[in-house]
Amino acid sequence: MATAKTFRVLPGFGLTLGYTLVYLSLIVLIPLAAVFIKATSLSFADFWQTVTDPQVVSSYRVTFLTSLAAAAINVIFGLLLAWSLVRYEFWGKRVVDALIDLPFALPTAVAGITLSALYAKNGWIGSLLAPLGIKVAFTPLGILVALTFIGLPFVVRTIQPVLQELSLEFEEAATTLGANRWQASRYVVLPALLPAIITGFTLAFARAVGEYGSVVFIAGNIPMVSEITPLLIITRLEQFDVAGATAIAVVMLVVSFILLLVINVLQHWASSQGSRLKEGKAA
Amino acid sequence: MSAADTIKVYHSAERYEKNPATREPRWVKYTILSMALGFFGLFLLLPLFAVFTEALRKGFSVYVAAITHPDTLSAIRLTLLASFIALPLNIVFGVAAAWCISKFNFRGKQLLITLIDLPFSVSPVVAGLMYVLVFGIHGWFGSWLADHGIKVIFAVPSIILATTFVTFPFVARELIPLMEAQGTDAEEAAISLGATGWQTFWHVTLPNIKWGLLYGAILCNARAMGEFGAVSVVSGHLRGQTTTLPLHVEILYNEYQFAAAFAVASLLALLALVTLALKLYAERHLS
Amino acid sequence: MSITVKNIYKRFSNFNALNDVSLEFPTGKLVALLGPSGCGKTTLLRIIAGLEQADRGEIWLEGVNASKLHVRERQIGFMFQHYALFQHMNVFDNIAFGLRMKPRHQRSSESVIVKRVNELLELVQLANLAQRYPAQLSGGQRQRIALARALAINPRVLLLDEPFGALDAQVRKDLRRWLRQLHDELHITSIFVTHDQEEALEVADQIVLMHKGQVEQMGSPLEVFTQPATPFAYNFLGTVNRFEGTWQQGHLHSAGDGVHLPHQTLPAGIAEGDSVIAFARPHEVRVVPSCEQLAPHGIKAKIARILAFGPTARIELVRTHEHSSQPEYYEANIPTHEIQQLQLYEGQAVKVQPTRLQVFAA
Repeated sequence: MATAKTFRVLPGFGLTLGYTLVYLSLIVLIPLAAVFIKATSLSFADFWQTVTDPQVVSSYRVTFLTSLAAAAINVIFGLLLAWSLVRYEFWGKRVVDALIDLPFALPTAVAGITLSALYAKNGWIGSLLAPLGIKVAFTPLGILVALTFIGLPFVVRTIQPVLQELSLEFEEAATTLGANRWQASRYVVLPALLPAIITGFTLAFARAVGEYGSVVFIAGNIPMVSEITPLLIITRLEQFDVAGATAIAVVMLVVSFILLLVINVLQHWASSQGSRLKEGKAA
Repeated sequence: MSAADTIKVYHSAERYEKNPATREPRWVKYTILSMALGFFGLFLLLPLFAVFTEALRKGFSVYVAAITHPDTLSAIRLTLLASFIALPLNIVFGVAAAWCISKFNFRGKQLLITLIDLPFSVSPVVAGLMYVLVFGIHGWFGSWLADHGIKVIFAVPSIILATTFVTFPFVARELIPLMEAQGTDAEEAAISLGATGWQTFWHVTLPNIKWGLLYGAILCNARAMGEFGAVSVVSGHLRGQTTTLPLHVEILYNEYQFAAAFAVASLLALLALVTLALKLYAERHLS
Repeated sequence: MSITVKNIYKRFSNFNALNDVSLEFPTGKLVALLGPSGCGKTTLLRIIAGLEQADRGEIWLEGVNASKLHVRERQIGFMFQHYALFQHMNVFDNIAFGLRMKPRHQRSSESVIVKRVNELLELVQLANLAQRYPAQLSGGQRQRIALARALAINPRVLLLDEPFGALDAQVRKDLRRWLRQLHDELHITSIFVTHDQEEALEVADQIVLMHKGQVEQMGSPLEVFTQPATPFAYNFLGTVNRFEGTWQQGHLHSAGDGVHLPHQTLPAGIAEGDSVIAFARPHEVRVVPSCEQLAPHGIKAKIARILAFGPTARIELVRTHEHSSQPEYYEANIPTHEIQQLQLYEGQAVKVQPTRLQVFAA
């Protein structure tokens, strides 16, 4: 990784890079490698059977569908929240802005028990929904609620700065050209926000796929119905089926890596797009 | 999401509401606001209130009893311990990584940045599993550790390791964009004025990054104290010994001691609020 | 304190920043490194400072090879383009920085440091701002503080990277004069980088004109301006009219027009019938109405615009000839009263007659 000997005025390159690589290897890379190496102790047939077991496949479905739906909900309301925070003055704005990050700061277990108390059939919200025949707690809908909670700040905090720095001149130009408010928003602002929206969606989705703490309490964990993949890993471990847990973990890791790659590409896109639209650069 | 990205320049929204090109009809404004704030109230505000309401449902004495229970106190101690070890480790790492990445050019830099971000995209459960595979009884070092009577998995060391892993990128990813934006002029100026490397770091670099460092450390600490999934896998849930605060909440909840569970949870919710306040404070200074 | 640069080469990933540069900077002089952006002037300055290392070549300071010396040990004062003032330190602490960072056995006592910093503040005339922070200063004040900070370590040479680049036009003019006076007081060997020819001509004792990683010309401002050594030097310094053609019997023949110059001396290396490029400054050009007896020779052109403000008028001209693909423009400066005498007006057909031509092989 490091390079041919080149001249550096500032000191400490070798020391800091060396330390970074050693620490990264010890804490992250070697343990991660352990998962893949352990997985090779399974024959391919065993591996395949484990990761395509109907219960496991069902957990993928639950995990992915609820994560997608949660990310989609977050895009809609995240966009509205970001828009409100940037474009409108309203009472309590600073507090709302600060509390958007609550899901980052609130431990997931706390979120989990609180949401399940709220949405249980005797809870504040659950008791309102029960007469309508809607059950949230202990169903996939409960998972959706938890994942929506977890993902919201990712979307808001990706869109908000882009909207904040978007030069007013674009909308002014659109207006002088005869566009109405809706047209200016739809054809000028929205395309400028699109990279941020997609990035926010992907970040929220990636976080949701791996989420465990906030989900287990509200999901009910009914096999084939409301069981998420991370939970299955824990179940396998508790049954001392380390190999099985590892096989499922490999699938999750591969998905994570792909998402990480996608996010990297998206963020690169978004930043190259964003810098052209910033205040003062509206040439 | 680095501080550099989320720092808000608080120019008031008036400039949009006063500008004829961006002014919206009142009904549009109030429709959007009510949908956004309705969602905010339902998904963020309500749960926050619920934690404290549920915690005090059985009265203040039950609340105090739950918090002063020896198992809770030992959970607090373990949570603090894990954070007090993981935090300095990740701060030193974050500063070192940001120094070499932001002040120098080398091949593979982008790859290194991606690798540093890796723990964010790994499911906490998988993170816990990794350490089981390395240090567990059937893991790489399992039998050697057992022979020497060292317990890592289902013991405090693995809790610290898992905590370190999940909080690994926080400080580094705050500092890298910040220090990249600051460039190397100030450091070069210091060196040209005769300062040594350490003097340059202490007197010039550190004062410039201290708020970014604080910001990263606050987020790192919040996650360290609140981590559940990864710690849950490696802890073994030995009451009063290997349970952190979030795990203790789970145990109480699963035993249907709801008031006690929420009492302990309210401590963590308070921690979250303090975190948000400190974060806001650091953001002010950053911008 | 002399600086000698010997055969410096520097290559960045895919372009040659410096290509065999050798220079001698005389002691006590203020020298401008002048050139367009990307010509390698800043790279050269940073190499002299030790902030960058050359691929090949040597830097000698006071007759000692300093190529291997670390920036810290070169004892140079370097002023950064955006000044690089430490934002978290006040003006006083910024200036004191270099003195306080010295190893303990070399460090002066705090009272000596305070005295020195106050002297420097007096020198840059900002004693009243000692407790301010950089963010509270104007651009010009920042520049002076940056200079005071660089001077604090008693530098052997002073290197300034685009010292006026970050300033407003008016402040720029004042500070140029001030910097010149300061240099006359201190006589520290100084080099500054600029892309602004006016700045270089006005402030420097010597100008080093750089282009594409090489030195085009070095000399006093007067030399460089009046006797540019290369076509690039001619083009870069001041406004210039450019004529292309061939050289025949002491005449420049350019697309049907002929320019006759009675006392023209030909530079060595140009033979009869060669293609040449010739230059004349606007004040070295006459404009005459296009009738045969007044103007038997000259370049046919049309007056596009007459700007007659003040004693000297500027005339903008467009060349007129049949087979021109791109319009060629000229500029002439003539005394304003001649406009009346010659009865020049916009749109008039005229001839452009250079009174002096600098001729280069094409």
